[in-house]
Amino acid sequence: MSHRKMALCLSIIPGLGQWYNRQWAKGVLFLVFAASFLTAFADLFNMGFWGIVTLGTEVQRDNSIFLLAEGIIAVIVALFGLAFYCFNLWDAYKNGERRDRGDRLNTLKEEYHQLVEQGYPYVVSSPAFFLLVFSVIFPVLFSFALAFTNYDLYHTPPAKLVDWVGFDTFLKIFTVDIWRSTFFDVLSWTVIWTLVASTLQVAAGILLAVIVNQKDLRLKKLYRTIFVLPWAVPGFVTILVFAGLFNDSFGAINHTILAALGIDPIPWMTDEHWTRVALILMQGWLGFPYVFVVTTGVLQSIPEELYEAATIDGASMFAKFRYITLPMVLLAMAPIIITQFTFNFNNFNIIYLFNGGGPAVPGSTAGGTDILVSWIYKLTMQSSQYALAAALTILLSLFVMGIALWQFRRTNSFKEGV
Amino acid sequence: MRSSVRSKKFLRLFVSYAILTFVAVAIIYPLLWTIGASLNPGNSLISTTLIPKKPTLDHYRELFAGKESLLYERWYWNSMKISFFTMLGSVISVSFTAYAFSRFRFKGRRNALTLFLLLQMVPQFSALIALFVLAQMLGMLNSHWLLILLYIGGQIPMNTYLMKGYMDSIPRDLDESAKIDGASNTRIFFQILLPLSKPMIAVVAMNGFTGPLGDFVLSSAILRTPDAYTLPIGLYNLVNEVMGASYTTFAAGALLISIPVAIVFLMLQRNFVSGLTLGGIKG
Repeated sequence: MSHRKMALCLSIIPGLGQWYNRQWAKGVLFLVFAASFLTAFADLFNMGFWGIVTLGTEVQRDNSIFLLAEGIIAVIVALFGLAFYCFNLWDAYKNGERRDRGDRLNTLKEEYHQLVEQGYPYVVSSPAFFLLVFSVIFPVLFSFALAFTNYDLYHTPPAKLVDWVGFDTFLKIFTVDIWRSTFFDVLSWTVIWTLVASTLQVAAGILLAVIVNQKDLRLKKLYRTIFVLPWAVPGFVTILVFAGLFNDSFGAINHTILAALGIDPIPWMTDEHWTRVALILMQGWLGFPYVFVVTTGVLQSIPEELYEAATIDGASMFAKFRYITLPMVLLAMAPIIITQFTFNFNNFNIIYLFNGGGPAVPGSTAGGTDILVSWIYKLTMQSSQYALAAALTILLSLFVMGIALWQFRRTNSFKEGV
Repeated sequence: MRSSVRSKKFLRLFVSYAILTFVAVAIIYPLLWTIGASLNPGNSLISTTLIPKKPTLDHYRELFAGKESLLYERWYWNSMKISFFTMLGSVISVSFTAYAFSRFRFKGRRNALTLFLLLQMVPQFSALIALFVLAQMLGMLNSHWLLILLYIGGQIPMNTYLMKGYMDSIPRDLDESAKIDGASNTRIFFQILLPLSKPMIAVVAMNGFTGPLGDFVLSSAILRTPDAYTLPIGLYNLVNEVMGASYTTFAAGALLISIPVAIVFLMLQRNFVSGLTLGGIKG
C-alpha cells in the first residue's frame, strides 16, 4: 500500500496520518484540536441536531424556536469542523504522496512559514467572515428554515410547539385566495414602484448632470452643492419631513402650494393612487443626487474631441446627447444603475416611514402601497405570520438574485470583477 | 444666421436655468419648511408658515428638558456612538478583506465573491426574527454592541465589493516592487494600498456612518427601552404617537442631527466622489 493511501486511511482519526508521515508535532496538534473541538461542542451537537430534527417534543420544556436556532448554529459549527477534517485528510494524503515520490517533507518551521504565506488572505479576511456568518448568514439560514415550519400566532413557543410542514406555506401562498391575491397585488406594485421610481431618479440625475455640465452655464458650483443636499441629509429625516408636507390636513403641499395655484387639496395619504404618486416623486427627490454626482464624474471623463468632431459634422445638440453622451454615461454606469433598481426593490424606509404602507386595504394584511419587504415586516411584527413572512423572504430573494445575476453577467462587469 | 445661433443659445440657457431653478427650489423648500416648523410656536402645524410670525426656540429647549418620553440627548449620543463604531469596524474589516480579495489568489476566492454579491441583494432585516431570537439567546436585547456588530456584518458584502473594485484599479507593480524590496504583506497594505485607496475609504466610512442613521428596522427590533433608542426610532415615535401633535419638536430634533451630518458630508464630498465614480464603474 502506498504511503499516501495509508496516511489517508489513518487520518480518519485526525493526527494519525501525520504521525504516520513522521510529522509528530503536527499530528499532536491535529489530534488535540479535533478532540477539544468535539468535547467543546458535544452538547451543542447533541442538543442542536436533536432540536433541528424534532423542533422539540414537550411543551413548556422545549422552545422550538430556540432549538431551531441552536440547530442551525450546530450545523454551522459542524461545517467548520468538517472543513478542518477535510484539510486533515488532504494534508495527510499530500505528504504521503511526497513520501511516495521520495521527496523530503517540510519541517515544522517550514510548514509554519508556508502557513503564514499562503494563509495570509484567510487570516486577514477571517474577522469579516466570522462577522458575516453570525450577522448575515445565520439569520438567512434561520429564515430559510422557518419557511418550512408552521410558526405563526397559533404556534408560538413556549406555549405551543412548532413543526416542520415542508412546502405547505409556499403552496398556500398560491392556493389560499386572500394570500394569493395579496401576494400578486403587492408583487405587481413592487415591480411598478421599482421600475418607475428608479427610472425617474436615474433619468433626473443624468439630465440634471448634463444640464449643469454645459460649458457656458454659470453658478455650476452652487447648483452642484444644492443638488447633493438630499443625499447629505439623513434619509429618515427627509421622509418624515415629507410625511408632514404631504399630510392631508395640515401639510404645506395642500395648504400652501396647491392652494396658491388654485387646486383643491389632494388626498395624498388616504387615496392609494395619490400615495403612490407621492412616493415616486419623493424617491426621485431622494435618489437623483447620487446618480447626479456619479454622472458628473463620467461626463468630465468623456473626451472633448468627440464633441468637436460631432460639431464639425453638423450634429445638433440633441444628436450629440443621443449619440455621444447618453451611450457613454449608460455604459459606464450600468452597475450603478442596476444597484438603484435593487435598492428600490428593497426600499423599506420610504414606504414604511411615509405612510406605514397605507392607506389600509380592507381584509388584507398589506396596505395599498406596501412593497414586498414592508409587507414581510408587517407580517412579522404585526400579524405574527412568521412562516409566511419567511417564505416570502425566500421568494423575494430568489427574484432579486436572479435578476441581478442575469444583469451582472450581461453587463460583463461581474466577470471582469472576479 | 448669427442672430439665430445667438437666440438658440439664449433659449437653451434660459430653459436650463429654468429647470435648475425649479429643482433647486424643490430641494430647498422642504428644508426651509422644516426650519420654519421648528421655530413655530405650539405643537400643531396647521398654523405653520414658512417664516413664523412669532419665532420661538421652545422646541429646542423641550428637546433637552429631560422629559421621560423625550430623551433626545441620550438618543443623540446613542446614535453617534453606534454610527462611529460601525464606521470604524466596517472600514477595518472591509479594507482587510478587500485587500485579500484584490491581491491574493486563494482557494474559495471566487465562491466567496459570488456569495458576497448575492448576500448584498438580500436585505439583512428580512431575517428580523432570526436577529431577534439571536439577541434573546445571547441575552443581548437592548445591547448597542450587538447592534453595532450586526450593522458591520451588514455593511461587509457591498462595501467589500466596492473596495475590491477600487484596489483592483491600483497597479500591481507597486506592491510587486515593494515585495522584492522585502516588505511584508501587512506593510504593503498599510503603506501602499491603504493610502492610495483613500477615496474609497471615505465612501466606506460614509456608508458605515450613515447606515445606522438610516436604519429603523433592526434597531427597533433590538432596542426595546426608550433610554437605549437611537435617533431614528425616537424621532419616529415622536411624530407618530399622535401625528402632528409633536411635529414641531420633531422638526427641531431633526435639524439638530441633519445639519452636522450634512456639513460633514459636504466637506468629505470631494474625497468620496472620486471613489464612487471610479469604484462604481469598475466595481
